[in-house]
Amino acid sequence: MSDTTTGQGGPVSAGGVMLAADGRPLKQSLARAQRRQRLRAFLLVAPLLAFVLIAFVAPIADMLFRSVENEIVPETLPRTVAELRRWDERSGSLPPQEVFVAMARDLQLAETRKLHTRVGQRLNYEYTGVSSLFRKTGRRLSRMGRELKQAFVGLDPAWGEPATWVELIGAPDWREAQAAWAARRARAGADAGPEPLFRADPAIAALLPQTADFYAAFARAIQTEDGDSPTEEAPWPLVYDALYRDLSGGADLSRHTGPHADLLRAAAAAVPGFPPVSIRDEMLKVDDGWGDVAMWQTIKAYSGRFTNGYFLAALDMKKTPDGIAMVEENRRIYLMLFWRTLLLSVGITLATLVLGYPVAWLLANLPARHANLLLILVLLPFWTSLLVRTSAWKVLLQQQGVINDLLVWIGLISDDARLVMINNQTGTIIAMTHILLPFMVLPLYSVMKTIPPSYLRAAKSLGATNWTAFWRVYFPLSVPGIGAGAILVFILSIGYYITPELVGGTSGIFISNRIAYHISISLNWGLAAALGSILLFAVLILYWTYDRIVGIDNVKLG
Amino acid sequence: MSLPAYATPLQRIWHYGFRVICGLIFFFLIAPIIVIIPLSFNAEDFFTFTPGMLALDPDAYSLKHYRDFFGNPDWQQALRNSITIAPVATLLSVGFGTLAAIGLSDSNMPFRRTIMAVLISPMIVPLIISAAGMYFFYSRIGLQGTYWGVVLAHAALGIPFVIITVTATLVGFDRSLTRAAASLGAGPITTFFRVQMPLILPGVISGALFAFITSFDEVVVVLFVGSAGQKTLPWQMFIGLREQISPTILAVATVLVCVAIALLVVVELLRRRSERLRGMSPS
Repeated sequence: MSDTTTGQGGPVSAGGVMLAADGRPLKQSLARAQRRQRLRAFLLVAPLLAFVLIAFVAPIADMLFRSVENEIVPETLPRTVAELRRWDERSGSLPPQEVFVAMARDLQLAETRKLHTRVGQRLNYEYTGVSSLFRKTGRRLSRMGRELKQAFVGLDPAWGEPATWVELIGAPDWREAQAAWAARRARAGADAGPEPLFRADPAIAALLPQTADFYAAFARAIQTEDGDSPTEEAPWPLVYDALYRDLSGGADLSRHTGPHADLLRAAAAAVPGFPPVSIRDEMLKVDDGWGDVAMWQTIKAYSGRFTNGYFLAALDMKKTPDGIAMVEENRRIYLMLFWRTLLLSVGITLATLVLGYPVAWLLANLPARHANLLLILVLLPFWTSLLVRTSAWKVLLQQQGVINDLLVWIGLISDDARLVMINNQTGTIIAMTHILLPFMVLPLYSVMKTIPPSYLRAAKSLGATNWTAFWRVYFPLSVPGIGAGAILVFILSIGYYITPELVGGTSGIFISNRIAYHISISLNWGLAAALGSILLFAVLILYWTYDRIVGIDNVKLG
Repeated sequence: MSLPAYATPLQRIWHYGFRVICGLIFFFLIAPIIVIIPLSFNAEDFFTFTPGMLALDPDAYSLKHYRDFFGNPDWQQALRNSITIAPVATLLSVGFGTLAAIGLSDSNMPFRRTIMAVLISPMIVPLIISAAGMYFFYSRIGLQGTYWGVVLAHAALGIPFVIITVTATLVGFDRSLTRAAASLGAGPITTFFRVQMPLILPGVISGALFAFITSFDEVVVVLFVGSAGQKTLPWQMFIGLREQISPTILAVATVLVCVAIALLVVVELLRRRSERLRGMSPS
């Protein structure tokens, strides 16, 4: 570079610094040109990188996130989760009344938002029976605390009026906004838009915390879920229970001046005479499942925003109050499945190696014309649809299939002793060995083609037997090909889904089939994500190894 | 590889024995694919050769499974879906992939290795994991069960193949050609289309064929990302194999084998042309 510059008589500044044509120092100019080139290269890659990040990497990240995410429990049962924190799960006794009250309120809200079955389903993964318990209780909640409602209404019919509650709890500015909205709607009908979202008065919230909290939740729930207005709907009986608890808890009403202050004071005076109501007893009456301490322990254990529960389940473990333990012997399936996936993949990799090595050797040592012809026999299966090959094996391996027919015809087996080669591990191994064989042959072939045949001849001329020449000279040189092929086949086979699903029956399925089952049938997405994350982790380690041995830039196709 | 005249009998046996073994392995590779072709002409609804077929009785053969494939609306809809999804996905992967491959083969590219690893990963990550992730993420952003969701997913899966084939072609590309074009006054776009593109075209086309076959054969991701409206040919075959196994599948399989043969021939011709263009002797 400097030669040509001086040769053209490039200008040199006083300090002896070489200058480019535009008068800048050459070094700077060169750095700038390189920077520009780097930017250009990066801009060419950037669109694809963005595309892959959105279409592929983000979904993988989403899956990883879902494997630990547990938002539904703290979000649907916030009151219960808060109350449970004060309960000592090791005491062995049932949680206190407050926990049951909180659970009843949370479930009532979840039922309105149609979430109670979903949260029940979520907890059911950890403790069988929660789902049906929640569903059953959800239907009875509207009757819990009924006696209290009757008592309040009996004291003053105003308690039965929706307007009383709105005026009592609603924030003054919300009530103004609501009134303006009501006027607008009277004129414009549906064009007035939705009713302003209910807000509770901070003053009353300080005075009657439970009532304000739960009534506000009630009002918003019926606004957003049913499109109703709190001005027209009387609150749930459980809201009366909240008021009862606030009042009997000794709320100091003496200085309260808000709307309906007298009504409130009268109620506070009458409350000690009301029939005692125990939400805990009512819930136990609905279903004695609520009396199961272990269930409450499970809910408490899975009340965090994030959970390792799915990963534990994916490894056949569970949380107990005394720490992490293995699940019962007869319910362990995932470790066995991972183990089987691993074993079958190793078996398939070995089978492809045993079958692929001689073929690759033959291809690499035949004259190019013949080798190309034979290579087509390897490439055709490679290009043929996976489902075509799987259906071929399904047809061949059946009990009434071609292979069994042939064996019966030869007389090797009798007609009533046809071999069972499908819907078991044999089927999976045979079909997958066939499907993955090209992925072993091609890398082996490309490595073997670079081994000069003269090496073997040299070894033999020095007195080596055929075997020694192969084992001491040729084989070590082909090891990179073996490594590349074996890792590729292994990576592909541990994630296989279609072939085991179609020819594997129950004993030949892989962990992938379980992942698919949890996504589309049991709908336990968190567990599917955790199983997938473990599998992904294994594959990434192998990928990294592959990159180390072969280098991803050296992958060749066809 | 030919046998020398002085070979011992044992060496002779090994020589021919080895070829027989290799022949059997080739048979194992190719026979399952070949055997379904005659079976697809079966006049009965059986999955094995009937005595009539073995006796080469013309009445034992028929085109009824092909008629079913071309007449059945389910199969035709699946064929149509496959044909509308795969080319668009291919176009996306080839468009983005070729540009990126050119950038990646530039020695000035920063973080080359890492970016390459990310771009190749859709080929390495097990399909079931990609499918699960895409199902979760695409349902969040409203792409699950849509045509574009499937196209995007398939384009992502095809990208590694385009990157690999195009970067392999670019290894033999002489950069002084673009500089020569630039010195003769061509702008970067003219240079790309008139000089670089014709030379790397074989690599681009074979990358496109790989991307096409990836999408055309793909079933796991479309099972999860697609809905009934995006049912492709492999999906229909998957259902057929799992639930009501019908011999029409063999007719479809035969058609797909013909597609594979056609693609194989094209890729092979392209590879030779590319090697000739780059001054290598075709092997």
